[in-house]
Amino acid sequence: MYLDMERKIVLPGEEINLEGMKQGNGIYHENGKYYSYQMGVLQTYNNYANIIPLSGKYYPVRNDRIIGKVIDIAPSFWIMDIRGPYPGFLHINDTPWKNLDQDLNKILGIGDTVFLKVNEITESRQIWLSLKDAGLRKLEGGHIVMVQPTKVSRIIGKAGSMVNTIKEMTGVKIQLGQNGVVWLDGSADKVMAVKKILKYIEKEAHTSGLTDRVKKILEENKGD
Amino acid sequence: MIELGTQSDIKLINEDGLRIDGRKFNELRPIRIEVGVLNRADGSAYIEWGGNKVLVAVYGPREAFPKHTQNPSRAIINARYNMAAFSVDERKRPGPDRRAVEISKVIGEALECAVFTEQFPRTSIDVYIEVLQADAGTRIAGLTAASVALVDAGIPMKDLVVGCASGKIDGKVVLDLNKEEDNFGQADLPMAIIPRTQEIVLLQMDGNMTRDELEEAVELSKKAAMYISDLQKEALLAKYKASESEKEGERSE
Repeated sequence: MYLDMERKIVLPGEEINLEGMKQGNGIYHENGKYYSYQMGVLQTYNNYANIIPLSGKYYPVRNDRIIGKVIDIAPSFWIMDIRGPYPGFLHINDTPWKNLDQDLNKILGIGDTVFLKVNEITESRQIWLSLKDAGLRKLEGGHIVMVQPTKVSRIIGKAGSMVNTIKEMTGVKIQLGQNGVVWLDGSADKVMAVKKILKYIEKEAHTSGLTDRVKKILEENKGD
Repeated sequence: MIELGTQSDIKLINEDGLRIDGRKFNELRPIRIEVGVLNRADGSAYIEWGGNKVLVAVYGPREAFPKHTQNPSRAIINARYNMAAFSVDERKRPGPDRRAVEISKVIGEALECAVFTEQFPRTSIDVYIEVLQADAGTRIAGLTAASVALVDAGIPMKDLVVGCASGKIDGKVVLDLNKEEDNFGQADLPMAIIPRTQEIVLLQMDGNMTRDELEEAVELSKKAAMYISDLQKEALLAKYKASESEKEGERSE
């Protein structure tokens, strides 16, 4: 959605000229002037000026689809690491499983990886997760690759163009979490190739024409 | 250890007005900043400032532990300044001492002035400052690198924090003391500012200065800090420019 715009990198404290646009993400104002508060790429979208950060943690948004890892178990919910500043909670009622007075540990154990969505963020920043939606499930087997959460939209590409290209050309199953966790399943050499591509996209995320370059690299490696 | 202000026959400024390392009164030591030097940390920076070598790693925002340190309305900044045993001539006994605790506190408070802590209640932002080699002015070098590392970690900040020290040697106010000048001079004045607003976020003094000298030193440091702030920005941008130049290299192959 932003791919064709000019990419200007701004630093914290840099003055932003809104030019009639509305103040979007990553911008604060002081004494009637607007400044960036993050290092990122300045972009405009729907008449809003936004700073798309170049680095940073994952900040959950409602309905985001993410990949979490069970780190602790409470009597009726699991505590998950979602790579954000706060842990996420997955209640048994928000899963397709019925708690038949059995140990939660038997359903999901510590270290298990789950593809889920952010259901609700309370005022006190408690993050409640859910497994009740199409496509959400426990991830079994496969490999996990970590990328910067801020680069995930680049890996998806315009209407999923990037990720679909990679899927088609390598045949690897890819499950993308908005929090920068990527689950891959396929033959070992293909998975390693995709991992390499993901790291390349992460590094080049702020440059343009990336999908074509990735396509080229994949085509070159096909012969190997 | 020679007390500050002790009379000695060491001349720190020669007849031409040059200091023992050949600098003029308002000249900085060479500074080099590198960003993103550590892969495991959320953000990192390395600074070489004259003989100082300082490595900084930033983690967070993450849940603050132990739990009683959490603040329900904002994030806490947990700075830890640590000198390596081999950073000074005589082996430094490892572990936090009175001096390290003080420096950690003032650096943490200086950074707090710039970070939007209220965006992340109940979390902590951990800043680890490791001095690998010391040559006077390490707190300011550490702070300068720490603010760069915070930006690298993507933490929301009003502006970068930048520090610079000045002092008094042989009765004259000079910029950026080195170790000999610090040991045999009359005063040392580390200072840190937020460049955009010129707000002073750290100011300490060791030794004695008159009111006029203090004002002169503050002005000298401020001017230098603005220059160092540009170096910080260049270093941050260089991290992303590097990948673009590599791309050029790939194309020409």
